[in-house]
Amino acid sequence: MDLNQLWRIISTPDNVPIVLLMIVVPFYTWYGLSQAFANDRLVVQLEADPALAKTHHRKTQPWKPGWARDVHVWPYLLRIEFLAAIIVTLILMVWSITLNAPLEEPSNPTLTMNPAKAPWYFLGLQEMLVYFDPWIAGVVMPTLIILGLMVVPYIDENPLGNGYYTYKQRKFAIWTFIFGFIILWVSMIVIGTLIRGPGWMWFWPGTTWDHNRLEFTVNRDLPDVFGLKGRVAKIIFGAIVMGLYSVAGAIGIHKLLNLTPFARKIYKRMSLVQVVVMQVFLISMLALPLKMVARLVFRIKYVWVTPWFNV
Amino acid sequence: MPEKNGTDGPNGAAGNGSDSSSAGGNGAKKRVAVIVEGAKAVRTQATQEIKALKHPEKTDLWKSMLRVKHDETPRSRALGVLSNVFLHLHPAKINRDAVAYRYTWGMGGMTFYVYITLVFTGTLLMFYYHPSKIVAFRDILYLEHDVPFGKLLRNMHRWGAHLMVIMVELHMFRVFLTGSYKSPRQFNWVVGVILLVLTLLLSFTGYLLPDDQLGFWAVTVGTNMARATPLLGHDGPFGRQLGMTPFNDVRFGLLGGSIVDANALLRAYIWHCVAIPIIASTFMVVHFWRVRKDGGISGPAPVMLESEIKEPRKF
Ligand code: HEM
Repeated sequence: MDLNQLWRIISTPDNVPIVLLMIVVPFYTWYGLSQAFANDRLVVQLEADPALAKTHHRKTQPWKPGWARDVHVWPYLLRIEFLAAIIVTLILMVWSITLNAPLEEPSNPTLTMNPAKAPWYFLGLQEMLVYFDPWIAGVVMPTLIILGLMVVPYIDENPLGNGYYTYKQRKFAIWTFIFGFIILWVSMIVIGTLIRGPGWMWFWPGTTWDHNRLEFTVNRDLPDVFGLKGRVAKIIFGAIVMGLYSVAGAIGIHKLLNLTPFARKIYKRMSLVQVVVMQVFLISMLALPLKMVARLVFRIKYVWVTPWFNV
Repeated sequence: MPEKNGTDGPNGAAGNGSDSSSAGGNGAKKRVAVIVEGAKAVRTQATQEIKALKHPEKTDLWKSMLRVKHDETPRSRALGVLSNVFLHLHPAKINRDAVAYRYTWGMGGMTFYVYITLVFTGTLLMFYYHPSKIVAFRDILYLEHDVPFGKLLRNMHRWGAHLMVIMVELHMFRVFLTGSYKSPRQFNWVVGVILLVLTLLLSFTGYLLPDDQLGFWAVTVGTNMARATPLLGHDGPFGRQLGMTPFNDVRFGLLGGSIVDANALLRAYIWHCVAIPIIASTFMVVHFWRVRKDGGISGPAPVMLESEIKEPRKF
């Protein structure tokens, strides 16, 4: 156990935001979901009692007859905003007084930093470089993430849960987002910050960063595992594997979306275009953890090998 | 100030008090009485005016700046918000539950506030920074060691940038968990995604500016991915076939050269300090405008039951 190394990583000024991230993300997940569960309990109560559903104000917030529905922005909202501004300023001040922004040696193209890390919010992409070629990790995946986020409102046909926290009414959507945001995005940032050391090798927290460590791993391409030789055979084989994965993924997602009567009802509302778009993005998203497993567990480098690109 | 030149103004009273010594007896007494009276009048007026200062919002000066009367009426409270250029993005009244912190987490608003802080500190930093390979690094050293509060300034800009990225992501998380992107707010979510990308780009372009090892290698790693862009990068799929070389592909366009050097520094500077802030500010204006036009904050809305789902529109 090398606590000194661990402390050096955690207390590197530029890593402090990640430590902060590891606190606020779980906190706000809990904060949001606990409100979701409270609303879900209310929904159960109202569904069991139609008479109550007619009269209830349908929020977990307190309500008394005779209360005004609206309040003045001044002072009721503006005072919160001013207070928030003061608090944020204070936090930023204290943070800036206690911790100095990093400044390394002057830039030097002949002296490579090891490890050379991207800013923390791009560490997810840099981590992907381990599993994919740069054109996928650096260009295709970011594009898919941005486009995928943009289409979310246009493929989510579930009319429930508009403007209130809920888990029960939007299970699939919530799980998808938590999977993408927390399990893929945030945890890859954490891995990139705390675990990746020199040579972008895996150092468990608490172990020493050994700059001379060498790793001998033999990664093989999937076609080679199957003993394929010819170039054309490899291209066709890769295309078939990718096709099989897509079909299997599509069927699996289709099954998932028909799991419960409620899910089926929502699924029926979707147009064909919506289904296809959603499938494309979900299948691409799932490819990432699958490729990670293939690489880390089965030592597979590429699945689809062609003269122009490798996947 | 209220212009009350009612009785004797200060001028009238003090006017001819100078020759009181020359005249005798009665005349002198009268004059003294006039002067005393005049002084009393000045005193009462002064106390009145000082008292009026306790309500600066009632003065003409104040009214000329803020354009509304400051009465204790709901109407003037509403006008106080609506007729103020900085506050008019707010409605006059909002739902009583929408001010609850636990619904929005205040994240969007705080993101915006941190952005303003960054514009402010960033502008101050620009006074001390030259985007040139020769002096950029030295400017940072100068800023840290010689400029009064320079270190604090730089720290605030740096940590503010990190804070903004964290807050934007949390804001998006809350918008998702509350389903606030659903009709009619679909497009504002798209605007939001653009803002997310712009926030990351702002942060990234700023990373190179100190011209130290950290920024240099981070940007080298980052832009090296651009060379692998399919079709448009010289290392990307089909790039070679389309005639891409290190000297004409997207990476060259981003860096203004084939390596991270003086041109890259200048380009990062211009993107960071001019172009992206203008674009991001524009999108923020649209974003806030849409929040208002889409009917304000989405909730907390009354929960809906499964049995209340309406039939989807038919094609
Ligand atoms: C620079 C970044 C951003 C700023 C300054 C910003 C600011 C705001 C503010 C002040 C609000 C009002 C409600 C609140 O405070 O939560 C808001 C609402 C909203 N934002 Fe953002 N936002 C940003 C980025 C984003 C992103 C990344 C998304 C989503 C991808 C997004 C989507 C939305 C939506 C859909 C609403 C309406 C929510 C509702 O009505 O409840 N925004 N934004």
